[in-house]
Amino acid sequence: MKRIMTVCLFFLGLAGAVAAQGELSGTIQIKGSDTMVNLGQAWAEAYSKAHPGVSVAVTGGGSGTGFSALIGGTCDIAETSRTIKEKEVALAQQKGFTPVEFKVAMDGLAVVVHPDNPVDGLTIDQLADIFTGRITNWREVGGKDLPIVLLSREINSGTHIYFKEHVLRKGRSDIFDEFSPMALLMPSSQAIAEETAQNENAIGYYGMGYVSPAQKALAVAKDAESDYVRPDVADVVSGRYPISRPLLMYTPGEPAGAVKAFLDFVLSPEGQRIVEKVDFVPIRPAAE
Amino acid sequence: MRRLKEFLIEKLILLSGITVIVFVVLIFVFLLKEGVAFFKEVPLSDFLGGKYWYPISEPPRFGILPLILGSLLVTLGATVFAVITSICAAFYIAEVAPPRVRDVLKTGIEILASIPSVVLGFVGMVTLVPWVKSAFHVPTGLTALSGAIMLGFMAMPTIISISEDALAAVPRHFKEGSIALGATRWQTMYRVTIHAAKPGIFAASMLGIGRVIGETMAVMMITGNAAVIPRTFLMPVRTLTATIAAEMGEVVHGSTHYQSLFAIGIILFLMTFVVNVTADYFLHRARD
Repeated sequence: MKRIMTVCLFFLGLAGAVAAQGELSGTIQIKGSDTMVNLGQAWAEAYSKAHPGVSVAVTGGGSGTGFSALIGGTCDIAETSRTIKEKEVALAQQKGFTPVEFKVAMDGLAVVVHPDNPVDGLTIDQLADIFTGRITNWREVGGKDLPIVLLSREINSGTHIYFKEHVLRKGRSDIFDEFSPMALLMPSSQAIAEETAQNENAIGYYGMGYVSPAQKALAVAKDAESDYVRPDVADVVSGRYPISRPLLMYTPGEPAGAVKAFLDFVLSPEGQRIVEKVDFVPIRPAAE
Repeated sequence: MRRLKEFLIEKLILLSGITVIVFVVLIFVFLLKEGVAFFKEVPLSDFLGGKYWYPISEPPRFGILPLILGSLLVTLGATVFAVITSICAAFYIAEVAPPRVRDVLKTGIEILASIPSVVLGFVGMVTLVPWVKSAFHVPTGLTALSGAIMLGFMAMPTIISISEDALAAVPRHFKEGSIALGATRWQTMYRVTIHAAKPGIFAASMLGIGRVIGETMAVMMITGNAAVIPRTFLMPVRTLTATIAAEMGEVVHGSTHYQSLFAIGIILFLMTFVVNVTADYFLHRARD
């Protein structure tokens, strides 16, 4: 009898779960930052598994595209890698809503060298000169008389693009510097880590999660007057570390229904694990 | 009844033969279909002669000259290394080795052939790469030379076993005649046997080269993938295959970059096609 009861309860529970899922339906349109497209898609896939009734469409185009879609009412969530401008808030308020910001992940890149390399810190300008090939010897930045070997990710990696835009081009749109053709394009962050660990000439960059005692993460300063800051989770979260930025999501007004469920999922431990999987920094350090 | 059975079997075999050819043709048609659109946007001369490979920059640059030269350099190095070693090994196995040693060697070579290339690449990365770096005092061990040596190992089993067959097929009376005329065993080998087996050895080498040009995983891991025009064997190179493998994963479908990777595929297909047809020609000459 007891067993029958259990089975009945199980099916009741199942029916309840199905009904609960049934409540969430419709579509969620997500637009914005190209850097975050993969992240958004990873979230969307996992979320759709839990809520088959909701279809989530993620498209890129850039943070600016995301904001204009949000204001124009053609998306439910804008994913952006910069904060909203006052002008954009004003435009949204004219339409009758105030965008709500959610910090969903962080993007922090460590610059790594061999542990025996005497160089401890570099400025963004020095990094740009090194990775574009203007500086080719460690002596020029206070190290030994050794050639610099540049290690980069493949060109399609978001990390590669981010590093190019924010370090090589210093976040400005009037600089068109490229990585030196001499840069070795490594297939994975792991490959960069291995080569850095065994090559005293090497300098590379990757998500801070990959840093181990076999490499030395450099302290980075915004300019010669600023403090040199090492990449750690606290300084990435606070924004003190210069090669990091928050990844954001904006909704038109307080989210509800499927959109709210999606954001809850994104901020849940499971959602933040996905953040790590696609090489970004979770806003809450995952329990290890 | 028996005749019908034979007729059916014959037609089935014919069909499987034709299927293989149909597949090759279909693959080529598919490559052309995806790749030809690319040449409407980028002239062939810019593609083959361009020195810079920046496919996702603004404006993009699709020059594959460094990639072609990278592939050729690695292939050349691997060929020289593999052919010399393999011919010596084949001679030893076919002419000199006592039967028991011969069996052990043949098994060993078969095992070498069965090692997956990603494993060889990994082994090369942690053993060969640091060795090349310290032995030649170069800034990084991720060079064309490392790739060539590793690929040489991959081509060896093919070259050794086909050359050995060719040597074994040299009619006995050739060798006996030579020895009867007073030549030593060594003189017989390099004056008589090798000439009689030449077309077979040549075909073996061409098939080995075919494998080397098309190899992807190992070269991607140990050649450094820097798209510069290589001047020496001790510089990093980027091969055609590694470019396709590294960039195909995240390219936007239908974009010029996507088409350019298919265009690289066409070039690669043509290169291996020429090599294989040459090998085939010599194999036939060896048999006639």
